Amino acid sequence: MTSEREYPGTPLTDGQLRRGEVLLVEHEPNARYAWDAGVAIGRSLAELKKGRLVGRECYRCRRIVVPPRMFCEQCFRPTDRWVYLKDSGRVNTYSISYLRWDATRVAKPSIPAVIEIDGASKGMGILHLLGGVKPEDVQMGMRVKAVWKPPRQREGSIRDIRYFRPY
Amino acid sequence: MGLRRVAVVGAGMTKFMRRAMETGRELAWQASSMALESCEMTRRDIDCVVLGTAPDTFDGVHMKGEYLADGAGGWQKPVMRGYVGGGTGVFSPIQGWYHVASGLFDTCLVVCEEKMSTCLPHPQAAFLTIFDNMLERPLGPNLIWIFALEMHRYMTVHGVSKRDIALVSVKNKGNALDHPCAQVAQKITVDDVLNSETLVWPVSWLDISPVSDGAVALVLAAEHVAKRVTDKPVWIDGVGWHLDSAYWTNRDLYYPKYVEYAARMAYRMAGITEPRKQIQIAEPYDPFSYKELHHLEGLLLCGKGEAAQMTADGVTQRDGDLPVCPSGGLLGVGNPIAAAGLMKVAEIFWQLRGEAGKRQVPGKPTTGVAQAWGDLMQVGTVTVLRT
Repeated sequence: MTSEREYPGTPLTDGQLRRGEVLLVEHEPNARYAWDAGVAIGRSLAELKKGRLVGRECYRCRRIVVPPRMFCEQCFRPTDRWVYLKDSGRVNTYSISYLRWDATRVAKPSIPAVIEIDGASKGMGILHLLGGVKPEDVQMGMRVKAVWKPPRQREGSIRDIRYFRPY
Repeated sequence: MGLRRVAVVGAGMTKFMRRAMETGRELAWQASSMALESCEMTRRDIDCVVLGTAPDTFDGVHMKGEYLADGAGGWQKPVMRGYVGGGTGVFSPIQGWYHVASGLFDTCLVVCEEKMSTCLPHPQAAFLTIFDNMLERPLGPNLIWIFALEMHRYMTVHGVSKRDIALVSVKNKGNALDHPCAQVAQKITVDDVLNSETLVWPVSWLDISPVSDGAVALVLAAEHVAKRVTDKPVWIDGVGWHLDSAYWTNRDLYYPKYVEYAARMAYRMAGITEPRKQIQIAEPYDPFSYKELHHLEGLLLCGKGEAAQMTADGVTQRDGDLPVCPSGGLLGVGNPIAAAGLMKVAEIFWQLRGEAGKRQVPGKPTTGVAQAWGDLMQVGTVTVLRT
């Protein structure tokens, strides 16, 4: 029954747009934001500037979580203490990206990965990039270590770690 | 539970297109009026409206729900907009269900619309804003990163290959050849998928659903109304939804627990104790080829890591033992986000009524499940439909 009826909707082609056969109204918003980093991430960014990764421990579920948070979302109570973590870990999963954030293509791919950080509870990963390694040489479960910017170039950002390299 | 039975009594949809000439409001109107006509109802018969549509950033229109409401029949009615990312398309009929099941309303028009083409140069840029603003966005992520990371984790844990997964694209794009609204229906081979451009390995071009514009609408009615307007009501017998943490790097991505929890909630309500035996047709969310496998496992329609074998064995073909995405899915029909999820519910509705035309699965199925997924790999939404 459904295949016998006419469905509405008028597909347009790029050509129709280029040739001006249909009219468009354009707008380019100037949207800028400055987010307060907050208590947990504020401290985390300050520690990154010093070349350290930091987590929070919850005494009830005994997890050491990273990224750190001031409350445990599972126990729904305040987390209890800061814990310095190592700047090394293990590749939980990775991919090889030929895309920029806006879907344009790059020739030299980046290697985004989830890295389980040493000193945090099992499975606690963060998103970062791998470097100093060819994409075809990366392995699941590979040990990696942070490559930091020199102290004077750090600005309190996750990018103070340039990438993680095998070690 | 003291809840009333709710039926789907009508459905309508627009074509799914890369770029529609129509505005979002016009698309919503087209799908809504088609759904109402299909059950010979008018806007006057509708007590309330539920509107599903994804982030305002796609359209660049703030309060998109209010903007679209006129096209969704919402003028001077109780209107609600719900939003759980990609899960919205199956969440909206759940919201419509509880509006009617609760006894508050007798009828509800559920409308899902998406117009992704508006965002230039590519709607991918709008997706950047889903990532954590403090620690992830500075790394310049692309939406496909998280799918590639998840797909790779799934492949590694279960020893599944890209070739195994490519079968899903072949099946769904092929099924879509029979869908009159399909945007990217194609007869392709596994090698076509494997040889298509690598975007973010292991995800290739033909593993991904397209960017789309489109709208879908359903009419829901309480039992006493449903029996008056149709002799083929399709009952919403189970609903479930579940959200996991936004700390997606703290979870093992190989398995969607939140989909399982949503499914268990819906199955309990529908009295389904053995999903694989009691469900005859499924429309799991398939924005990426591996997601169909991932979700079949989360829906408990096979064991963990078994979906690839089930696909290779032909079980999930339209004439297989458990037809999966007979519509053609998001991979074949298209992915106007919220509308794509509701298209899946509409497909189960048409299939259970025997009205799916060339897409009709054999064997007169009586129970089907539709599922969507979204947000930051964290939400599962499930509905069980029965004749």
